[in-house]
Amino acid sequence: METKNLRLVIKGAQKDTNTTQKVDKILHIIGMTLIYVFLAIMALIIIFPFYWMLITSLKSTEEIRRTTQTFFPEVVMWSNYVDVFKRFDFVTYLRNTLIVGVISTLGTLITTIFAAFAFARLEFKGRDLMFSILLMTMMIPGEMMVITNYITVSNLGWLKDATGVFTSMIVPFWISVFYIYLLRQNFKQIPNELYLAAKVDGKSDWSYLWKVMVPLAKPTLITIFILKLMGAWNSYVWPNLVADKEQYRLISNGLRSSFSTVTGEPQYGLQMAATVLVTVPLLLLFIFFRKYIMRGVGRAGIKG
Amino acid sequence: MESKNNWKAWLYLAPVIILMSVFTFYPLINTIGISFLKNYNYISQSSDGFTFDNYGIVLGIKGITRFGHTTYMKDVIDYAIPNTLIVTFVTVPLSIIISLMISIGLNSIKFFKRIFQTIFFMPYVTNAIAVGMVFTVIFDRNGLFNYLFQFLGTSMGQAWIDMGASREKAMFALCVYIIWHSLPYKILIFLSGLQNIDQQYYDAAKVDSTPKWKVAWRITVPLLSPQILYVMITSFIGAFKEYSSVVGLLGQPGTSSGSKNMYTVVYYIYDTISANNVHYGSAAAVLLFLLILVFTFIQMYVSKKRVHY
Repeated sequence: METKNLRLVIKGAQKDTNTTQKVDKILHIIGMTLIYVFLAIMALIIIFPFYWMLITSLKSTEEIRRTTQTFFPEVVMWSNYVDVFKRFDFVTYLRNTLIVGVISTLGTLITTIFAAFAFARLEFKGRDLMFSILLMTMMIPGEMMVITNYITVSNLGWLKDATGVFTSMIVPFWISVFYIYLLRQNFKQIPNELYLAAKVDGKSDWSYLWKVMVPLAKPTLITIFILKLMGAWNSYVWPNLVADKEQYRLISNGLRSSFSTVTGEPQYGLQMAATVLVTVPLLLLFIFFRKYIMRGVGRAGIKG
Repeated sequence: MESKNNWKAWLYLAPVIILMSVFTFYPLINTIGISFLKNYNYISQSSDGFTFDNYGIVLGIKGITRFGHTTYMKDVIDYAIPNTLIVTFVTVPLSIIISLMISIGLNSIKFFKRIFQTIFFMPYVTNAIAVGMVFTVIFDRNGLFNYLFQFLGTSMGQAWIDMGASREKAMFALCVYIIWHSLPYKILIFLSGLQNIDQQYYDAAKVDSTPKWKVAWRITVPLLSPQILYVMITSFIGAFKEYSSVVGLLGQPGTSSGSKNMYTVVYYIYDTISANNVHYGSAAAVLLFLLILVFTFIQMYVSKKRVHY
């Protein structure tokens, strides 16, 4: 019998499988097209402010204020990127942010490694209670702390000189409960056998931590490093309170304060050039460390 | 061995315990304490004793009497609280719905998935102040928003956030910005949840030839409920604490000089520090803390009952 011409006919439906398959396929294609159209529109909306920022940073003030908006600069004003440095002290802010970011990140890494090690590896009385207390502090809004912390650093006399101001922007941020939690999870996955083997070899806890655990947890440590650095780049509230002098400002505060006084027409071209300078380093960090960033941020949502 | 490990462990924990005692636990108690002090001055560390009035004054129920005059502080009850609530109940549901649709769409495509994923994550890696300032340009009276939506009735010169703009208009611009900025985190969480859903549910639906929207509503959404709930609570808490978006977009707490009509609760709290009114700020912070606590407990309670695992 020739199977080639054999067709299954569904009784009553008066349609054979070929047509149903065809209809299904067409519906599938239509559905897929709709999904792609929807995603493309949303992606355009998401990406548009970035485009507008870039375009506006290259326009003249006259063109920005025109009643007919242009989607590409008629005259490309590269000079905006030269003039912006007169109004926006990018180099100083960048230096301050890097100092604060790197030192607070290194401090956080050390406290986090120690605490995560104690919680994941060592047996001691009150461990679980202590860990739950730490986790519970994550529920407390930072606003509860800011007022008193401000009073504390001002009473300690930290707000008087450069060292003090930088100390007050760094030291309170040497702990992060979320990162302790993240690293503890990671440390716990390291098999017990490695620890016991190290013990048999006569290794101390200290050398086991640095020789075995830390190298194995490197991806998580990189994630913490990058997220923390991004945190310093984006922090606004606390530096705004403690760094009230121009030369101590971090990048976000510098950006806001450089363009806050509205006298006459706002110079949006310069303003956008400055925001490009602030945004591009973050996007570069994202491109190079995409995996680490998304893993760290996504971890929060996965149960267990 | 056992006792030796004990002190060793506490040694490893010492940095965290010391830092948290100074910068987390002490502030927690101290801020609650300050909220009950009358006319507290943090520079001279003096006060006129214990009082419950700060809470009433912050909420505008109780007046402040000075030189025989009684004034009511209305900024919080008129602006900060309503604005915070509007932001919360507008941006949280909308951004959850939009990000759910995007995530479900992303999860069902094969080509360009990575590119889309990268684009949708981009707002997360931006500086809230910087992008806020981009939205300032877009919503400027002679800006792109007015230009693009002329067919919907906007016109050039119409103020959204500049001097003299109405509070409703500025709130609209603020909500657009907050939603834009809050999508990536939600999409990321939803996508990781979607990837963990067992394929067999969808295969079963295919056999029954269930329509696509029904699959999304009856299978995907219920199976995603732990992530939806998690995102809901974190975004509620995040929206209660909205602050830097207002600073980024407006640079000041109002749409005209001196006005506080764009205050949020947290904006008010920070303003009390420079005004040396931290006893009011502390009272507001304690109220915010209680509100967040209530929401967290609701989350714990509901997640035990409702969520499909």
